[in-house]
Amino acid sequence: MFLLKLIIRNAFRHKLRSILTVVGIAIAIIAFGLLSTLVGLWYHGVEASSASRLVTRNAISLVFPLPLSYKDRIRQVPGVKTVSYGNWFGGIYIDEKHFFANEAMEPKSFLELYPEFILTPEQKDAFLRDRKGCIVGKRLADTYGWKIGDLITLRGTIFPGQWEFVLRGIYRGAEKGTEERALFFHWDYLNETLKKTMPRRADQVGFYMIDVERPELAAEVSQAVDAIFKNSLAETLTETEKAFQLGFVAMTEAILVAIQIVSYVVIVIIMVVAANTMAMTARERIAEYATMKTLGFGGWHIAGIVFGESIVIALSGGLLGVALTFPAAQWIQVELAQFFPVFTIAPLTIALDILAALAVGVVAGIFPTWRGATIGIAEGLRRIG
Amino acid sequence: MGMGNGKPPIVEIAHLSKSYRRGSQTIPVLEDITFDIADGEFLALMGPSGSGKSTLLNLIAGIDKADEGTIRVGGVDITSLSERELAAWRAANVGFIFQFYNLMPVLTAFENVELPLLLTGLSRNERREHVELALQLVGLSDRVDHYPAQLSGGQQQRVAIARAVVSDPAILVADEPTGDLDRVSAGEILQLMDRLVREFDKTIIMVTHDPRAAEKARIIRHLEKGILTDSDGQPASPVAGS
Ligand SMILES: Nc1ncnc2c1ncn2[C@@H]1O[C@H](COP(=O)(O)OP(=O)(O)OP(=O)(O)O)[C@@H](O)[C@H]1O
Ligand SMILES: [Mg+2]
Repeated sequence: MFLLKLIIRNAFRHKLRSILTVVGIAIAIIAFGLLSTLVGLWYHGVEASSASRLVTRNAISLVFPLPLSYKDRIRQVPGVKTVSYGNWFGGIYIDEKHFFANEAMEPKSFLELYPEFILTPEQKDAFLRDRKGCIVGKRLADTYGWKIGDLITLRGTIFPGQWEFVLRGIYRGAEKGTEERALFFHWDYLNETLKKTMPRRADQVGFYMIDVERPELAAEVSQAVDAIFKNSLAETLTETEKAFQLGFVAMTEAILVAIQIVSYVVIVIIMVVAANTMAMTARERIAEYATMKTLGFGGWHIAGIVFGESIVIALSGGLLGVALTFPAAQWIQVELAQFFPVFTIAPLTIALDILAALAVGVVAGIFPTWRGATIGIAEGLRRIG
Repeated sequence: MGMGNGKPPIVEIAHLSKSYRRGSQTIPVLEDITFDIADGEFLALMGPSGSGKSTLLNLIAGIDKADEGTIRVGGVDITSLSERELAAWRAANVGFIFQFYNLMPVLTAFENVELPLLLTGLSRNERREHVELALQLVGLSDRVDHYPAQLSGGQQQRVAIARAVVSDPAILVADEPTGDLDRVSAGEILQLMDRLVREFDKTIIMVTHDPRAAEKARIIRHLEKGILTDSDGQPASPVAGS
């Protein structure tokens, strides 16, 4: 088709200008795609959590503990199936850069509560039998090359000292979103040690985890639990795991919103740059468009040529951007694994990338298209020489 | 004066006026112009810069709108046509030759000549035949795949002439067709235009500053401050050749 041929040849007539525009759009699309993925990942942890799991914590703040004695009273609340408990340990492996989650949990009930952490029966038994034992996710084990039987030392921050654990199991996540970069060890080990070193802090748990019989009971059970400890020394706040995670997310919500805004700003900036380039290009070709009109071509033909060129350039940038997003994401997943264990580009993100590129093409093309379509022939021809 | 060819007029212009507005000012460019151009005529339009030659040519060719008066071309009053009708009329009836050739830089000589034919219902093969014929006529059969930048000025203008005649219009308008060419190339172009009048019965209206170019034409008209005169400086008689 002739017009298409003309559009494509026009688009790459000024090679340097076109290439710079295409590369600019590609970079904007990469940034947009990666930032969207980043924001999506942040919420992903929330979505992976189960609706039938509840978390009970100190009503005042996450950092205040609850007495261990609450365990039995929670268990008696109708609708409660399993109760587990633990502490956020916050130990550091080698140095701060090697961050991963590590928690002291009551191991038996914990594994019941988290069926998505898959261990072989032998490893599970070995972990439960060894009070100094720990389990880690497969991705974490891969990162540091840990094998069963290895000794792992964490430097305590909340609980000072050097803590040694024997690796007894490496679990796999049942789903893609399951956290595979965490370490769990026996709460008893933490508690026994504290009894000797800091008796004041012993027999305190950071949070209880409750599994209810049916997800519908979640609201009822959490109210019942909080009612028990109302007016006690340590009042509780019970919420679904999802809400609990959202609480974490809420702290970073402002940052997430900022990142989201930046991702859109990037697109808007490239829109303006591309619009300027297209306007410049169209201005240079006004006499050509007028000549075509002289020959009998209509405003619609010219509009198609100008608009088509804008779309061709924007889409070229968009496709290049999408193509480069994958290696970029791969690079992030490998190099920044401790922050983004799974940095996968969702199909929706690709769709949004293409949509953003199209939007750039449309916005950049509108004004020159209108100019080209409506310019008077006599006026347009005067632009020559 | 006996400069006509005795044929009936193909262009009839009556009481044509055109002015431009610049802010609150109105600048008259053409004032009450009345004259005819006989079918098969080769007419040169001369006059000082800014006298309105291009404006008059554009009006005759249907790419600009008059304020007053009528222009009948081949019996059709083109001042009454809509934008869309005018575009179709131009495509069928007028061929354009410009000072700076106005070829599409991204299209080859062949594709440039083919351009007007894309608006017709001709098949691909028919189009190729027409294009090859037109390029042969201007002596550029060996340059079909060249881009304008790979051709000399004279060659580019010959491609432009091929483009102007490929759809076989009755009228050719040329605004300073030799204005950007050296003397030899200009001579070739004028010879070609002369041939188009003699052999192919085209009517040519040519704006020019160049007396040598005007010499080739059979009638010379002068435009001065928007008023048309014969070559002897007398106000033009209403009908050419009378
Ligand atoms: N679009 C426009 N707006 C305002 N004035 C115009 C416009 N087009 C032409 N004019 C004016 O109309 C007058 C005639 O212009 P035109 O181009 O017809 O002259 P010309 O005889 O072809 O001159 P030249 O020999 O330099 O090409 C000039 O004074 C010009 O400034
Ligand atoms: Mg002029």
